[in-house]
Amino acid sequence: MAINTDLLNKATAFIWHEADLLDHKEYQEWLSLWDKNGLYIVPTDNNETDYENTLNLALDDADMRRMRVARLESGESVSASSVSGTVRMVSRVRILEETADYVVVRCAMTLNELRHGNLVSYPADLEYRLKPTADGFLIARKVVKLMHADGFLRTVSFIF
Amino acid sequence: MSELIALKNISQKAADMVEEGRVHKALYSDPEIFEEELDKVFQNTWVFIGHESEVPEAGSFKTSFVGRHPVILSRDRKMNLHVLLNRCRHRGATVCEGRKGKTKAFTCPYHGWGYGLDGGLRAIPKAEEYEGVLDKNDLPLESLRHESYQGLVFATFKSDIEPLEDFLGGAKKWIDLFVKQGGGYPLKVLGEHRFNFPGNWKIQLENTTDAYHFPIIHKSFISSLDNATADIFDFLDGDGFVEDLGHGHSVMVMIPDLVDLEADLDQPIPERFEDLAQALRDEGQDEEQVKRLVRAAHGTGFNLNLFPNVSCSMAFFRVLRPVSVGVTEIQHVAIGGEGAPAPFNRKRMRLHEHFQGPMGFGTPDDGEAWERVQKGSMAGKDGWILVNRGMENLHTSPDGNVAGAVCSETGMRGAYQKYKQMMAAEGEK
Repeated sequence: MAINTDLLNKATAFIWHEADLLDHKEYQEWLSLWDKNGLYIVPTDNNETDYENTLNLALDDADMRRMRVARLESGESVSASSVSGTVRMVSRVRILEETADYVVVRCAMTLNELRHGNLVSYPADLEYRLKPTADGFLIARKVVKLMHADGFLRTVSFIF
Repeated sequence: MSELIALKNISQKAADMVEEGRVHKALYSDPEIFEEELDKVFQNTWVFIGHESEVPEAGSFKTSFVGRHPVILSRDRKMNLHVLLNRCRHRGATVCEGRKGKTKAFTCPYHGWGYGLDGGLRAIPKAEEYEGVLDKNDLPLESLRHESYQGLVFATFKSDIEPLEDFLGGAKKWIDLFVKQGGGYPLKVLGEHRFNFPGNWKIQLENTTDAYHFPIIHKSFISSLDNATADIFDFLDGDGFVEDLGHGHSVMVMIPDLVDLEADLDQPIPERFEDLAQALRDEGQDEEQVKRLVRAAHGTGFNLNLFPNVSCSMAFFRVLRPVSVGVTEIQHVAIGGEGAPAPFNRKRMRLHEHFQGPMGFGTPDDGEAWERVQKGSMAGKDGWILVNRGMENLHTSPDGNVAGAVCSETGMRGAYQKYKQMMAAEGEK
């Protein structure tokens, strides 16, 4: 089978850039990667597709993303201050669909978090809907499918 | 014999660790006391296991726990509910591993013993070797006594316990008020958030009757609200109160205006509900119904704490499960209206996601505080947790109960007195 390596490289470079921004808490720049109608979604049920009519761990429109970032940056949240850092690895990138309006990309992520000296690992599938623009991609949708989404998670004071 | 004496000493020890205005920190961290709590508290009272809307149809089931015991809540073909121990009567494997779903039977994967929705043993493969050995009628899944109130299902190991309604007592009035947030529709579970924290279950028990912490630890949540909503959550100097309802239950009214969601329906639509109101109008709802649903969407202005494991907490059920002395699992169960307009239930879920669950703007900060309480409880050989706030500023409520200020620790004292009574009782060994 033929793989469009040019598109794969562009999408991978964009997703790696986003991952680096999040691990280094460059949240304002992260916000600028989004299409204004974009949705950041962390489902509780990875088989669900109707996110708006389902309870999610997070379903953030532009306002909620801005508020989520504000909370993490405010210094008012004791749990956010206790996160020593995150390191995420993103790989296994595959283009699932390409149209004139968007590209659907699926990849694997393992995020490691250090808090109070404890390492916690979050394996997940990421699904992006990326919108090509003259200046590169914008994120039209990002779905974070945690492997243990329906289990008992630890609390999360960072962004997947 | 020596073992029995040791156990007795522990229970007396735990009961002695509860004084009127303080409890000893060892109650959070002593593994022997924890084991005793499972016997004397969780196996000895009514424990919340779910809501009837989670098993809506014949064949519906959900799995849950009573203390450390895995149970199944099922609905049989005649629509009767059953609470069954999740353990095959043959070699003891669990017969149901799903969280919820629909089934015709519970079949043990090991040797294929099959049980009906009522727990009856229906099928044994190669039954001839059991001829003269056992009778299927003698080996149903063990069932627990269960009763419901307003759709809340409770189960118990104590078969001779008082009826659920007597156990709930003064809390029933508040449950009646709580279910009004269906907006005129029957209450329905919409989904749940699950998380755990490294700390003792009683730290969570205290939290839902603790208004004092709210503006401090949840400052980052309040900052994310519009000014009008932030004012509503600024309730420490308001007219709220905490009332001890007996049996370890208590109610903490934070926002008195939102006690009865079917009263004061003529109030203006707040800014943060304008989008919901418009969506309802767009669906053709008349203005009266719009106002009714918008008011219900707020959730109630109180937390009703039901000892030992559930809080009807403003707009959701908060269920705790003791896993070990230092680990507790928590479910934040979102609720809405069965058959209610979709925008109403969507708004309820978005509000739930905003504060609740492992990624909400509130829960992670609670979790951080609780983790530190557990850690701090290891400091020093001796130490006490204070629950004496507002102890000298009590009054009698219209219902004749002891009540204190909204940020008093009246509810915690009520829960700990019930705990003390249960822990001091002679165990049924």
